[in-house]
Amino acid sequence: MARKGKVKIARPDWCKVCGICIEVCPVEVLELGNTRIQVAHLENCIGCENCELSCPDFVLKVVEDDE
Amino acid sequence: MDVNIDKYLRQDKMPHIWCPGCGHGTVLGSFVRAFDQSGLDQEKTVVISGIGCSGRASGYLNFDTLHVTHGRALTFATGVKMANPELNVIVMTGDGDGAAIGGNHLIHSSRRNIDITVVLFNNNIYGMTGGQFSPMTPTGDTATTSPYGNIDQNFDLCELAKSSGATFVGRGASYQPRKMIKLIKEGLLHKGFAFIETLTQCPVNYGKRNMIGGARDMLKWQDEHLVPDKKYEKMDPEEREGLISTGVLYQVSKEEYTDKYQQVINNVMAGESNE
Ligand SMILES: Cc1ncc(C[n+]2csc(CCOP(=O)(O)OP(=O)(O)O)c2C)c(N)n1
Ligand code: SF4
Ligand code: SF4
Ligand code: SF4
Ligand SMILES: [Mg+2]
Repeated sequence: MARKGKVKIARPDWCKVCGICIEVCPVEVLELGNTRIQVAHLENCIGCENCELSCPDFVLKVVEDDE
Repeated sequence: MDVNIDKYLRQDKMPHIWCPGCGHGTVLGSFVRAFDQSGLDQEKTVVISGIGCSGRASGYLNFDTLHVTHGRALTFATGVKMANPELNVIVMTGDGDGAAIGGNHLIHSSRRNIDITVVLFNNNIYGMTGGQFSPMTPTGDTATTSPYGNIDQNFDLCELAKSSGATFVGRGASYQPRKMIKLIKEGLLHKGFAFIETLTQCPVNYGKRNMIGGARDMLKWQDEHLVPDKKYEKMDPEEREGLISTGVLYQVSKEEYTDKYQQVINNVMAGESNE
């Protein structure tokens, strides 16, 4: 499990606001906006990749901090 | 995850048309990550699917693909593999496509132990056509065709594939993408018929109708009902009630069909006969 980075909204236009990423996140990072997911508390992100692997729409990606 | 999934998706076909929260996208994502980890050659791989929401998977994948008639993905796959055994042949199918109209092909492909990997998207319903019951809809559940509760029993598809002769059988779930990636990777690398059932949520035509709820509730349901096979094996029958085992359920090594067929060709060419 890579824990080297933090979540990034890589493909915002593909988000269907289903909330699965929030369901599988072990901490509080993401929030649903009206039309797409939003990163509300990036500082909490532990880079676990649960959201990246669970998102059915390939919206999220954990990237290295400097990317 | 260190995988460039863009390499495996047809960018001009994205975003996909699956409903918000549909588990099919998670299975598709697990498949491309598993494929990347398998080290197989993308150029030597054919993905074949039938009809259904799950059947749309091949159209999103940047491989040589065939999108064929309902229920017949395995027949086309058998033809492709027989014509060119060098190719990696993968079938993506649904519980309706693969277990109802295509159920016969599933048992016979298993019986032959032909080197094909099947990923069956089991959402317990005919999603695409609006929620008719499938052979995977549990007894008692509501579908548009069972408004008073389904009186049929559902299959245990993994048991069916195993008893029909499949040499790799496993079950994954959209709530556990990491385990699903590992499972699909192992299935891809298995020589012989590999059957992988993936549990995936259809919030629109199954979850809401059966009081499980939307996508998030359906994932919680999975969390409460999935048990790793090693643990499941040790449980009493009463304890197992209502639970579903996951992981590699069965794997053996047996002679593969196209190898056997090549052997026949070699023997005939060498002038041998059975007479
Ligand atoms: C020969 C034939 N019969 C029936 C249909 C209608 N049909 C289209 S998809 C489908 C069922 C799909 O269910 P499943 O395979 O479970 O896929 P899902 O949509 O649930 O992913 C049916 C019956 C068809 N297209 N062709
Ligand atoms: S899981 Fe994906 S599609 Fe669903 S809300 Fe999160 S980012 Fe959007
Ligand atoms: S990487 Fe893990 S901690 Fe960070 S947002 Fe995704 S699920 Fe939450
Ligand atoms: S109908 Fe069901 S299976 Fe089909 S895309 Fe929608 S949620 Fe997925
Ligand atoms: Mg289905």
